[in-house]
Amino acid sequence: MRRKGFKKTMAMGLAGMMTVGLAACGGGTSESGSTQTSEAAAATEEAATEEAVSTEASSDVTLEFQQWWGVELPEGALDEICNEFTNQTGIKIETLSNPYADTKTQIAAGAAAGTMADVVGLDGSWVYDFAKQGAIANLTELMGNAGYDDSQLSDQIKFESNTYMIPVVNFAYPLYVNMDILKEAGVSEIPTTWSEFLDAAQKITDNTDAAAYFIPLNTEAPNGIQNQLSSWVWASGGNLLKDGQPNLSGNDTIAETVDLFKEMYEKGYLSPGIEALKEQDMVNEFENGRLAFMVDGISHLTTIKTESSDINFEFSTVPVKDGYTGQSGMDVANWGIGIAENCEHKEEAWQFVEYLMSPEVNAKLAQLANAFPGNSKAEPDYSSNDALFQKAYDIFQTGYAINEFTGAPTSEDLMRSFNEQFVLYIDGDVDSASSMLDAVQEAWIPAFSK
Amino acid sequence: MIGQAAHSVAWLAKGVGVMANGFKKQSTKTARRVAVSYSYLAPTLVLMLIFLVVPIVMVIGYTFFDNVIVNKNPVFVGIKNYVSVLSDKSFWPAVGHTLYFVIISLIAHLLIGMVFALILNTRYLNYKTKALFRVLFALPWMFTASVIAIVWRMMMDPSGVLNYFLLTFHLADSKVLFLASRDLALFSVTLINIWSGYPFYMISILAGLQGVSTDLYEAAALDGANAPRTFFYITLPTIKPILVSLMMLDFIWTLQQFALIWMTTGGGPVNASEMVSTYIYKYAFTKYEYSMASTAAVILLIACTIIGIFYVRHQRSEA
Repeated sequence: MRRKGFKKTMAMGLAGMMTVGLAACGGGTSESGSTQTSEAAAATEEAATEEAVSTEASSDVTLEFQQWWGVELPEGALDEICNEFTNQTGIKIETLSNPYADTKTQIAAGAAAGTMADVVGLDGSWVYDFAKQGAIANLTELMGNAGYDDSQLSDQIKFESNTYMIPVVNFAYPLYVNMDILKEAGVSEIPTTWSEFLDAAQKITDNTDAAAYFIPLNTEAPNGIQNQLSSWVWASGGNLLKDGQPNLSGNDTIAETVDLFKEMYEKGYLSPGIEALKEQDMVNEFENGRLAFMVDGISHLTTIKTESSDINFEFSTVPVKDGYTGQSGMDVANWGIGIAENCEHKEEAWQFVEYLMSPEVNAKLAQLANAFPGNSKAEPDYSSNDALFQKAYDIFQTGYAINEFTGAPTSEDLMRSFNEQFVLYIDGDVDSASSMLDAVQEAWIPAFSK
Repeated sequence: MIGQAAHSVAWLAKGVGVMANGFKKQSTKTARRVAVSYSYLAPTLVLMLIFLVVPIVMVIGYTFFDNVIVNKNPVFVGIKNYVSVLSDKSFWPAVGHTLYFVIISLIAHLLIGMVFALILNTRYLNYKTKALFRVLFALPWMFTASVIAIVWRMMMDPSGVLNYFLLTFHLADSKVLFLASRDLALFSVTLINIWSGYPFYMISILAGLQGVSTDLYEAAALDGANAPRTFFYITLPTIKPILVSLMMLDFIWTLQQFALIWMTTGGGPVNASEMVSTYIYKYAFTKYEYSMASTAAVILLIACTIIGIFYVRHQRSEA
């Protein structure tokens, strides 16, 4: 009897502790509620304060800036840029720099818990989900309040017509060409159209041991659909989306691109085993001289130059559909920036974003990152960068930056469903490109209609 | 008389009082002893509560809402998620692949582990040779999943060592796409898992074999039993409890295998090597549908719990 009573007491105690634990988990709401009240009070106070006092007050503000850029830039470079901002405004910046994967996890956890750092480095593929979740702030409003001229921004990543991310620097994806393989195959000029490319690929297959092209199709990282296939669609002026909705069914440019890749697959122009290979495998193949062409980010330029100094390669534009004379879109990845919705000093946070996007600072960041600037008025000095990099920049300026997966909902899943249907098509399980694209469209629509 | 009775009552009352005090003292002692015991257990109980019970309860709770974490105002949907997962056209193939992966791995682990353990337990090898082979055979157990995935991806690459071997010795007409072919991908990841998992069996069975009394073997030899009969009538029954425990644990671990599959094929090509674990991951971290992912995870939890119950019962019956 007594043991039963004791068990009951223990059980009640445990249940009580669980309740306390759960209440503690949910405690953030009431706390943020009180924070919101104090935020509102602070906002009213701020509005009534004179500008001089405001500057003095901002010296007490410290903003957390979480990103992966600090790890990838030369040591201390980001801190130097942030310190300069502190010197100008008195607003302190605390940089939280971690590798990309860790930053993604920490920002996602912060978004779920409402404890995101004030200013965050963003990847375009995260934007839709964070914006929908209400974790990142509407930058259109902040730009409007600050009277900022956004025409100088090369791009803005939007959700429901409002900007939530600004690309700070862009990493373009040009065509890497191994000139030694082309020479061995008897190809005198870098192909610029699809028919020229197919001719070159045939010669490479006939006369060398190398593969002509590579599209990584491992489902773990399905970005081959974005970087190595869609880049061909964009280069020929095509689009995967129309008015922010999937535009795959009946889309001739995509259908022709898919057929081009099927032809390359059937004729053996593509590296074998691509269904299980990843982007890194493609870079390895190129570095080892077993691949003639690849579409890859310029961020790999230094790595390839360092690891395979004997490779003689050039940059070029992605070949376009025969007869296409319009401007070419060039695939880009970017370092984006956003402000957390839970940030208590949004005005100061915007000041920091504006500083990073100013032509001078943006040019410096682009030069340091081996990237292209997000401010169209920025003029980076690439004289100390590799000569090939300057060539890539020239190519980039002839077209326009595009990546329709940036800002799209569950973009990785969109790529994966495209990947699966594409593999079924090249394996012969789907009878035509249009049927394949219909299936992809059907798979994409639920993500866009949520 | 009345006085006597009163005295008796007083005496009785005193006696009861003394008895009650005795009982009270005894019960206080018992309660104190129990409280002390539980206070020793308290740190473990609290940790189990925080890291085991609360997350499980939360995940089970998630399964009854339309979506959580990314949804600020989740709506209660009852068992709708369970219906959706169980009627999802890609769930049952994932279950089928998982069962293939688990059963083949289990059988192969047992056979290879047993053979290697018997080799290492034989008296025909000297001490140094046994030590060398123990290290060699146990090597796959030392590697992490990521190292195993990288090594096997390189070996199974169309330009890798396995294809070189097959083509050089004319064992194949063309390059074999181990991980890239929809027909071979599941078999290939199962092969990798077999390689990485057999040493656990080998080491455990070897420990069991070393515990079998030599008297039994001597008696069997005197009775004229040959090697197979000795194995089936003495060795196997003696180490049976170890084998059952190993198989149950391996079933649960292999059922939950994720890293190896994710880093080699990612569940592809298409869905050729999709398992329940990769299915859950995709729902959670690429579709951001945490309720659906939680539902599939709870279904997996139920399967593991059933096996777990059998395991505990078996352990009790052995005890």
